[in-house]
Amino acid sequence: MSAAESRIALIGLPNCGKTALFNRVTGSRQKVANYPGVTVERKEGYHRSASGRRYRLLDLPGTYSLTPTTLDEAITRDVALGRLASEPRPDTIVLVADATHLPLSLRLALEVKRLGLPMIVVLNMTDLARKRGYSIDRERLSKELGAPVVETIAVARGGADALIRYLDELSSETTTLTPNSEWREPSAEDVQQTHIEATRILAACGYREPARSDFMTSVDRFLLHPFFGLLVLGVLLFFVFQAVFSWASLPMDLIDAGVAALGEWVRGSMPDGPLRSLLADGIIAGVGSVIVFLPQIIILFAFILALEDSGYLPRAAYLLDRVMGSVGLSGRAFIPLLSSFACAIPGIMATRTIPSVRDRLATIMVAPLMTCSARLPVYALLIAAFIPDRDLGGFNLQGLVLFALYFAGVAGALLVAWTLKKFRGGNDTHLLMLELPDYQWPRLGNLAYGLWERARLFLGRAGGIILALMVVLWFLSTYPAPPVGATGAPIEYSFAGQLGRALAVVLAPIGFNWQISVALIPGLAAREVAVGALGTVYALSGDETAVSTALSSVIASQWSLATGLALLAWYVFAPQCLATLAVVKRETNSWRYPLIMTVYLFGLAYLAAFATYRLALWFSVG
Amino acid sequence: MGDVGQTPRTLSGLKAGESAVVERVDADDLLARRLLEIGFYPGAKVELVASMWPADDPVAIRVGGATFALRRQEAERVKIR
Repeated sequence: MSAAESRIALIGLPNCGKTALFNRVTGSRQKVANYPGVTVERKEGYHRSASGRRYRLLDLPGTYSLTPTTLDEAITRDVALGRLASEPRPDTIVLVADATHLPLSLRLALEVKRLGLPMIVVLNMTDLARKRGYSIDRERLSKELGAPVVETIAVARGGADALIRYLDELSSETTTLTPNSEWREPSAEDVQQTHIEATRILAACGYREPARSDFMTSVDRFLLHPFFGLLVLGVLLFFVFQAVFSWASLPMDLIDAGVAALGEWVRGSMPDGPLRSLLADGIIAGVGSVIVFLPQIIILFAFILALEDSGYLPRAAYLLDRVMGSVGLSGRAFIPLLSSFACAIPGIMATRTIPSVRDRLATIMVAPLMTCSARLPVYALLIAAFIPDRDLGGFNLQGLVLFALYFAGVAGALLVAWTLKKFRGGNDTHLLMLELPDYQWPRLGNLAYGLWERARLFLGRAGGIILALMVVLWFLSTYPAPPVGATGAPIEYSFAGQLGRALAVVLAPIGFNWQISVALIPGLAAREVAVGALGTVYALSGDETAVSTALSSVIASQWSLATGLALLAWYVFAPQCLATLAVVKRETNSWRYPLIMTVYLFGLAYLAAFATYRLALWFSVG
Repeated sequence: MGDVGQTPRTLSGLKAGESAVVERVDADDLLARRLLEIGFYPGAKVELVASMWPADDPVAIRVGGATFALRRQEAERVKIR
């Protein structure tokens, strides 16, 4: 470690504006990764001061204390104590306190002070606090804490200048505090003592608590009401879903067209051969199949981030905790599961905020049952082919079937979660203990930054995996080439074709013919790829819209209704997305859970398709 | 175990809009410490904002300028007067 670099760790309560401050100080000079061996996100950034000194800032997970209840909080403690082999102990701790809500932050500061590291206390969100009548004697507070106290407004341009200036002054001195090596975990008695001490200090500093309008409490009474609260949540969710599907359709069409045009251009400008095929059918099509979901993911996350910023999301978790708790999930699972309706991958990544490992695993296990948007092209094709477009009691029959498919996914998830709960016994203590932060208007800058970050994560993590899989599946569906004089589609003769024919034996009882079985294999990359693959098998050509329109009439005439319905039922459950399984492997750090997931989802899919097929046959014959 | 007589009231016995003062949090386990850390220490003022149907689980409680959602088994650990 060079003498010119200093390591700074940010510690603070959840929702104290710590990450906004981190972003303000480091700008785009950030590195996001995981701590080795665990799935806790490690956010590091750099800042170079006017004097040329370099600072390495670590944004530690938010915590109420140094006694962890979650994996994230354990990391914060371990880094602060220098217990993590991969992470040198920080030179300085920046304790970020929310000025609108000082007592708990101050208590944490007292706990952190015992670590014996140099500490800077930052009073953040002072703009909001002042507006609400807060005041405090900052010099006195600094004296009481034995640490410098600076004020910041992390969400405003230049709002972190006071901290940056202070860091600069710090660099000219050499700090010689020795870390306390005899730290021990605080007892309940210690916690009470720090509360008493914090209260005394606040009184000594003439602290005036920011007022909270009674209006906020009234809003909470309404939004947390068992009936009206759930009603508002339901209406809100309905609106979000409408928006995700209707607003995203235009950009999705544009991306589709762009990808298709790019593929055509490659096909037109390169000589025929394996390289051209790999580029056009493997890589471009593969990357295209991922980025086409970006509009939906961005719109859904825009809502999720806005709801999160406003303070509403934890309240939704509160409203649903009881319902979700009855099947063994935490109310906190609501956010990951909501994201899974766009794509299970960001949903599974969002389970990191669930403190209990068991709750988190249960959430991961059911996340793929939420109807992700990749299923839509498949559903759309099959519904158009097999479900008549007519009225049923004032509702469109096709729309009702689509709703039933969504519902089947949610019902399946509840059933699976409930079964998991029975499996693991009932002696698990669930912690909810969720803070419901004060409502505030979402900030546009924050929102844009969050969206950019999620989009980057999704493309980086999911894109890499899907790209690799697409190349493998392209190979399987292209080689070996058909023999000279072959009459069928080339895919029939490939490894995928041979596999599909072998699979057809197993899949015949649920009504799948060999064409479906073959299409299911490339469909493992992403569900909607199966539509294109069916087109290939039936030797159709043209762009995707033409293929699916033509395909719709082909399968309507060649498949029985029972087969069509069975395939719909299959797609509600089948883990037809290797990228999801790969993300589960990474998030759980073991092969066990992706394996269990694969087996149970295929099992459910087979059962559901079998039941649907047999019932449909019985009804149409009887 | 030997605690016969009147059981003390807990957070989960509060009605919407009702206030009280924390008397103690029993035991010294992780749950108790976290409850203390988030502000349920003896003498703290609390107010019940809302509770879910049925069985008041979970509840939303104001304490020390913050609002927390607690499950019933968490709320029952905080004795009030």
